Amino acid sequence: MERVKDLGVTVAVLLGGAIFLLVGCLESTQFARLTVQGVALGMVYGSLALALVLIYQATHVINFAQGELAMFTTYIAYQLIQWGLSYWEAFFATLAIGFVLGVVLQVTVIRPVQHRSVVATVIVTIGLFLLIDGIVSWRWGGQLLSIPSPFGPPSASYDVGGVLIEHLWVGTVVVVLVSLAAVWGLFRFTKLGLAMRAAALRPAAASLAGVRVDVMLAIGWGLAAVLGAVAGLLAEPNTSFFLDPSFMQPILVYAFAAAALGGLESPVGAVVGGIAIGVFQILMTGYVPEIGSNLQLPFSFAVLLVILLIKPNGLFGRAQVQRV
Amino acid sequence: MRRNGLAVVSLVVVAAVLALLPFVLSGYNTYLGAGVGIFFIAILGLNILTGYTGQISIGHGAFMAIGGYTTAVLSRDHHTNLILTMLLAFAFCFVAGLLFGLPALRLSGVYLALATFALALSIPYLTLQWSTYLGGSGGVHTSETKSNVWLYGVAWSAAAVLFALAWLILRGRVGRAFRAVRDSEIAAIASGVEIGIYKTLAFAISAAFCGVAGSLYVMWLDGFAQPQEFGIDLSLSLLVGAAVAGLGSLWGILAGAVFISLLPKISTSVPIIGSDHGRSVVYGVLVIVVMLALPGGVAGLLARSLSGGLNRESNTVKLPESSSQ
Repeated sequence: MERVKDLGVTVAVLLGGAIFLLVGCLESTQFARLTVQGVALGMVYGSLALALVLIYQATHVINFAQGELAMFTTYIAYQLIQWGLSYWEAFFATLAIGFVLGVVLQVTVIRPVQHRSVVATVIVTIGLFLLIDGIVSWRWGGQLLSIPSPFGPPSASYDVGGVLIEHLWVGTVVVVLVSLAAVWGLFRFTKLGLAMRAAALRPAAASLAGVRVDVMLAIGWGLAAVLGAVAGLLAEPNTSFFLDPSFMQPILVYAFAAAALGGLESPVGAVVGGIAIGVFQILMTGYVPEIGSNLQLPFSFAVLLVILLIKPNGLFGRAQVQRV
Repeated sequence: MRRNGLAVVSLVVVAAVLALLPFVLSGYNTYLGAGVGIFFIAILGLNILTGYTGQISIGHGAFMAIGGYTTAVLSRDHHTNLILTMLLAFAFCFVAGLLFGLPALRLSGVYLALATFALALSIPYLTLQWSTYLGGSGGVHTSETKSNVWLYGVAWSAAAVLFALAWLILRGRVGRAFRAVRDSEIAAIASGVEIGIYKTLAFAISAAFCGVAGSLYVMWLDGFAQPQEFGIDLSLSLLVGAAVAGLGSLWGILAGAVFISLLPKISTSVPIIGSDHGRSVVYGVLVIVVMLALPGGVAGLLARSLSGGLNRESNTVKLPESSSQ
């Protein structure tokens, strides 16, 4: 009963937000434009948030290196394009490299500590954060690099009933939706996906049923790295026009916020949370000039904290019941 | 009892060496020694929270920033005595830690880590926003700067006082409660430990320690409090230092402090670790290696070699178990 009531509140909040946005979009073209931009940015957050949730669900650990991993794969894509690949060739090659990277990291550095404690695992991911940051700054730091957008020049827009919507935003939304559909399909319809869900939900029972839990966890890390790579590649044209080794750090915080808002355990929640945060952020900076670029991050963080205080397990999360 | 005796003797020896060092060292090396003392205090503070209470914080650089700006602003506007500002930084950060620790109560484990991470990333932006008071990217400058020997003396005196304070807190009733919270929240509640009070208290104490470290850090940086000095790198390096030192033990902190304060000062002519990026790589690799191969850090190593030498059963320092699930 409690669960149903909780869900009711969540649905009411989301419905209220949706109605507010819809009315706003009908009233003002500026509002509509900002909303679409916010949705595109939110998709980027959602994709990275989903990567965090995939790992959290399976191991109850947050991967603090997720953003830096995404940044690293974006630099790899840059390098591939420099070597003569087209954008989309580089895109898919990068996803493959990201997968391998994720699997290798899980097997080499995460697996040995993951049974020890959350603190130990989190510290190892912080070590990865520093390591990746150092490698990328070393190899590519201090240069103005950028990846040409695959969706045409930055100003190219569609005109939808007087609202100018950039190609980039539409492209971002489509790419993220396709990757989400692919991940959902994998979990829902394939045997591998079933085994992965089993390994995350009941590791002991799954291994008794013949699922190789360790392998599943490694594949989970690989998948998370792929989602992160998608987020990184799309974040670059959406947030800044230049690559910088720290460009994923604020995005990681927003993705954390999205995942926490959604409840850390819920893939749907991560994406919805991402969109909510993206729209909120863009509308806020568009309409409340007092919150300039300096206050964006602290303000979003404060709002998140308030939400977490009211609903500590996020919008879609379940209250944790612990058996003693 | 023999173990306690050994601890006292080694403490006295280390304290004596530290007290004599400024008479031997050159001016610049004394300055570096003061830096070690400052990071000693910060790691000590973080260790009380993460090592003893099992609550992970990735944002203690934020409390150093609060302490540092307290000192800089008071000194700039009111020419307050720097030692007094250090005490005020302790008090302010204690309160700030309480205020942050209260909502953090509802955020256990990873949620807390997330919140502190966001806090650490936010602080530099806040100092830019209130640039009228906090000087923007140029920072705030204290009205006076001190000599290297003064810095060394004050930093290590503060370190000694705070070390004693931490030891007193951790050995008694409060410390037992902290460790009970770390090892199992449920068992702690069942034994009558008010976990809310102790978690908040641990947060406030560790924030206050980091506030003092931040205050000294500003004096150490020639009196400049600048946002870029208090970025996420600072918070992460504190965690690196605590991991190297060994979580949940007081005996490795000196090694952790030496490591994170001296590594960035190595000459840029040295290959790899001479550059910022190379250092970041070294930090990363080392943290991972320590966590994989040496979970107790330097403290664990010390304990192991001691118990081996005295032919006792192994007495390694255990990492805190997760308290969050």
